Amino acid sequence: MLPGDFAQAILGQSATPEAIASIRRDLGLDQPFVARYFTWLGGMVRGDLGISFSQMNFASNMGGDQLKTVAQQIGPKFQNTMFLATVTASIAVPVSIMLGILAALYRNSVFDRVANITTLTSISSPEFFLAYILILFLAVLNPILPSLSNIFEGMSFGERLEKTLLPALTLTLVVTAHMMRMTRAAIINLLASPYIEMARLKGLSPMRVIVKHALPNALAPIINVIALNLAYLITGVVVIEVVFVYPGIGQFFVDSVKIRDIPVVQACCLIFATAYILLNLTADIMSILSNPRLRHPK
Amino acid sequence: MSAWMWIVVYLVVIAALGWVFRFAGQQATGNKPFFRDMPYGVAFGYILGVAVLGWIIWTYIYARTSDDPTVIAKYFFFRVAVEWFILFTIAAYLFRLLGRYAGTRVTRKLFRSMPLTAAFGILTIIVYAIFAVFAQWIAPHGQEQIFAQANIIAGGDPALGGNPDFPLGTDQIGRDILSRLIYGAQNTVGIAFITTLLAFLLGGSLGFLAATLGGWLDQLLSRAVDVLMAIPSLIFALLLMTIASVWASTLGVPLTIFMVLIIAVIDSTRVFRLARAVGSNIVVMDYIEAAKLRGEGLTYLIFREILPNATAPLLAEFGLRFCFVFLTIASLSFLGVGIQPPLADWGTMVRDLSAFINYASFAPQAASTPLLAAGAIALLTIAVNFVVDWMLHKSSGLKE
Repeated sequence: MLPGDFAQAILGQSATPEAIASIRRDLGLDQPFVARYFTWLGGMVRGDLGISFSQMNFASNMGGDQLKTVAQQIGPKFQNTMFLATVTASIAVPVSIMLGILAALYRNSVFDRVANITTLTSISSPEFFLAYILILFLAVLNPILPSLSNIFEGMSFGERLEKTLLPALTLTLVVTAHMMRMTRAAIINLLASPYIEMARLKGLSPMRVIVKHALPNALAPIINVIALNLAYLITGVVVIEVVFVYPGIGQFFVDSVKIRDIPVVQACCLIFATAYILLNLTADIMSILSNPRLRHPK
Repeated sequence: MSAWMWIVVYLVVIAALGWVFRFAGQQATGNKPFFRDMPYGVAFGYILGVAVLGWIIWTYIYARTSDDPTVIAKYFFFRVAVEWFILFTIAAYLFRLLGRYAGTRVTRKLFRSMPLTAAFGILTIIVYAIFAVFAQWIAPHGQEQIFAQANIIAGGDPALGGNPDFPLGTDQIGRDILSRLIYGAQNTVGIAFITTLLAFLLGGSLGFLAATLGGWLDQLLSRAVDVLMAIPSLIFALLLMTIASVWASTLGVPLTIFMVLIIAVIDSTRVFRLARAVGSNIVVMDYIEAAKLRGEGLTYLIFREILPNATAPLLAEFGLRFCFVFLTIASLSFLGVGIQPPLADWGTMVRDLSAFINYASFAPQAASTPLLAAGAIALLTIAVNFVVDWMLHKSSGLKE
């Protein structure tokens, strides 16, 4: 990683001071940073995220006149990331809740122990380790899925899904573990309550006790952890997107960080933080909605 | 399409066998409660488990006995994974056995109730610590030493492009991978450990201070932490590293020091939350009141009264926090902004060697090096998590 600003990063180590100065002048990097920040803030309030340095630099050298704004550059990438997050969530959420219920049902059995060890392992491995293991077994040794996700516009849904499946599976491994453990813990916490004992004494089957009586009361913590993991899906995908060269917002962010393209970095951070906060807010609202005692306060 | 058909066929067969298994059990044992009350799902699960286990054993034997090179290459990683799993299990079992009969009475008692996963975790942590401390003496070559032969393949077999001097081969510019892996323990683990210590020093002391003093200081610190926690940590770290890299070049301070500070500050927010929560529970106790009435100062209150009573949750948090810090640093290095070369580091090694994975189908030894570096990271975090899981389970007293 090269130290310095965009001008130094793009020109490399053998750049002449004149060339650096000229690029800095073109991009406005010679202004004091307080002034630059307030210019950006002013534009941001009006919904204008600015123009990325690389686009501006390209245009001033090549004379092109169709400049893409940061919003236009990020738009399709944001869609791709959302697509990845949606695919992952639609696999991970049902699977993890089902596994969580099963683990709570057969707690302390062989199944529970194996599930416990497996999930702990997949939570604690770094994402790129899981990604490379999946690439190794599903793409290289048994060529079932493509290891690179080169997604472009105009692809059919099926093709797109196929290219997205491997990163989505990796992310599923990462988030399922967490959600499953929380589901299990939330249900087991409730099993000592008197109304569960009542349901048992009535002679209901264990499955029915858990699904009908314990699960509705365990929904609040489960929803919370699902929302947290969805927030992770949008923000924590940086590493996965880099591994699979997935054209999403995370990869764009890392690339921009490397060349010090500040407008893009700022815009990406803004999006990440917004998504994170919005999802946390949704989690709070949903857990209030799922609890009648909170829905109708005295 | 036929693959899907086979899966359906297998599932139907397993479903039928599950029913047969339960029925046969009921008949053979004369309706013992174990078989009589067994739900169908459980019988299905047993047969599925046996089928998966059987498949693993059969594939392993098939891969072991085959002498077709494509088959050997294809199942190389599968074979190694199975062998290592068995090896680790045996090592953990022996270690637990050793712990049960050696050592003081307290440790012997500890080992008696220990699950195998925790024993494995402790053993792994000890091995990593030894490698980290004695890397200079264990590693056969220096971490920055460059040899003339680059891209030597792992395995040490000259016929396959290996070299017995470099058991794991050399990287693109000719550095010994084994030595770099061993030095990686020192650099990556050491830096992560220092960062976690810093985060605890900062977050812990501020958290206890906020809990003891309360008032405007508590409000100020808590709101500041709220703001810091609103941004996802890896993104925030990446952003701050971008800014720090400019300072690092102008001030002449290594970027790694900035990274340690940045991650310590970001992670100290989580420690602060925990320390404040635990601390404010302790502050309302009677013995704190008594100490205050005795006229003890703030330092005494925090270090002699609150800290000893908050050790257990903080210790568990330390393990978890270490994992997070370690993974963050590895991810940053993997993205190219973490620990800087020439220091050997596992995250960077994974990134540099990752292209070799594509050769796995015909040269499995070449593909194993990036996985070894990634596996080294995974193994340590898994080990720490196993130990923390056991500690939490033990201290919470949850038995059901």
